[in-house]
Amino acid sequence: MTGWPLLLDTLPAVQRDRLFTLADERDFPADSTLFDEGGVADRFWLIRSGEVALDVYVPGRPPQVVETLGPRQQVGWSWIFPPYRWHLGARALGPVRTWEFPAAEVRELCMADTDLGYELMLRCAALIAERLQATRLRLLDLYTPRGSVPS
Amino acid sequence: MTTVPLPYRVTAVAAENADCTSLEVMPVGRALPAFTPGRFAMMYAFGVGEVPISVSAIRDGHRLVHTVRAVGAVTGALCRLGAGDAVGLRGPYGIGWDLDGATGSDVLVVAGGIGLAPLRPAVRHVLAHPGHYGRLHVLIGARTPEDLLYRAELDHWRRASAQVEVAVDRPGPGWRGGVGVVTSLLDRVDVRPDRTTALVCGPEVMIRHTGRALLARGLPAHRVQVSLERNMRCGTGHCGHCQLGPLLLCRDGPVVGYDRTRSLLAIREL
Ligand SMILES: Cc1cc2nc3c(=O)[nH]c(=O)nc-3n(C[C@H](O)[C@H](O)[C@H](O)COP(=O)(O)OP(=O)(O)OC[C@H]3O[C@@H](n4cnc5c(N)ncnc54)[C@H](O)[C@@H]3O)c2cc1C
Ligand code: FES
Repeated sequence: MTGWPLLLDTLPAVQRDRLFTLADERDFPADSTLFDEGGVADRFWLIRSGEVALDVYVPGRPPQVVETLGPRQQVGWSWIFPPYRWHLGARALGPVRTWEFPAAEVRELCMADTDLGYELMLRCAALIAERLQATRLRLLDLYTPRGSVPS
Repeated sequence: MTTVPLPYRVTAVAAENADCTSLEVMPVGRALPAFTPGRFAMMYAFGVGEVPISVSAIRDGHRLVHTVRAVGAVTGALCRLGAGDAVGLRGPYGIGWDLDGATGSDVLVVAGGIGLAPLRPAVRHVLAHPGHYGRLHVLIGARTPEDLLYRAELDHWRRASAQVEVAVDRPGPGWRGGVGVVTSLLDRVDVRPDRTTALVCGPEVMIRHTGRALLARGLPAHRVQVSLERNMRCGTGHCGHCQLGPLLLCRDGPVVGYDRTRSLLAIREL
């Protein structure tokens, strides 16, 4: 494992540097909101330290956390596809340090440098696939007696 | 090794969560041979029946702890026992975690649900032998925060230098820890594939996915040890109930290298 965020772990150094010229360091205090469900997905983050909770708004209840993300993980992929709206909300569970990337500029860079764009999109697709798979596994409710019944 | 249950007495009972109870037992007379982490006993609830239960702690002398989840008649009866009650035990059975083979390497423990029970003595063994092993990472998946086993002990492990990460499927109000599948916790660990031994126990689907995720991170399959469950009757390799392909898991397992089980676990109805 390297110290790089997982998204960029295996990206060639030149492409990684190019992408990082667009990044800003941005810190969030504990309990602050990165974004709300339905808001404009105009950026994404790579977590340097701290934990972020992704949540869903359920009327009459506190936001329901569906997943947490930690160091080296990526927060947000709704910026890739129109209409660029967040599917979930995101909140800092404690102090969170990130690199923040502006979505429109990243998409433009991907169009201008299609090699970089292809590599980046492959990695984003892998991330989305991984989260889909994780969600499916959780649907099985594996830890109940029925879920873990031996064959 | 005896194939006739020896009488043991329950010396302490601890409710771990809504359906799991830890029973500490002591021999009434003759004791069974020493257990090692990952091995199991056939526990006999008098008048009800007998089930395989892993050892979840091995205390000084011949005191054993078993953590039992009440899922049916026998485990239900075991969980209803109180201090002073009698229980029958035979064993130790099976092959446990290969902790000698892990000497000198980092140890990565991945546990799902009640799967933490057979892994607990392995964690304790590693912590009790500083210098023998590299870094210790313990990744735990549970259904809800309330289902988490050995909560207080996890803090001891952290204080004793283990990295302990927990993810639950369903967080309740007030839970500030991780939410997600246990495999997502692998991203939090600095896995050194060439010097890590992984010990994995949990529901079989979780074992398959964890095995794949570990291989994707570069761990060789033979450095991944998995503990598998099948229905067991004799525990001694004679009745065939616990067969998984060419393996009889009571004799050749329950801990088996992922290199031997990976293809077997991919076959349905084996
Ligand atoms: C090597 C080995 C080690 C084990 N270690 C432990 C342990 O440390 N602690 C522990 O609690 N259990 C452990 N088990 C599982 C335990 O043996 C079974 O839960 C037990 O046999 C169930 O018996 P029962 O008569 O209570 O339930 P049954 O009447 O046989 O079953 C009742 C219900 O429980 C379901 N069930 C049966 N077995 C399991 C299972 N393994 N997991 C989930 N649901 C099941 C059945 O499908 C049924 O729906 C281990 C099993 C093996 C093979
Ligand atoms: S339980 Fe009888 S052969 Fe394994």
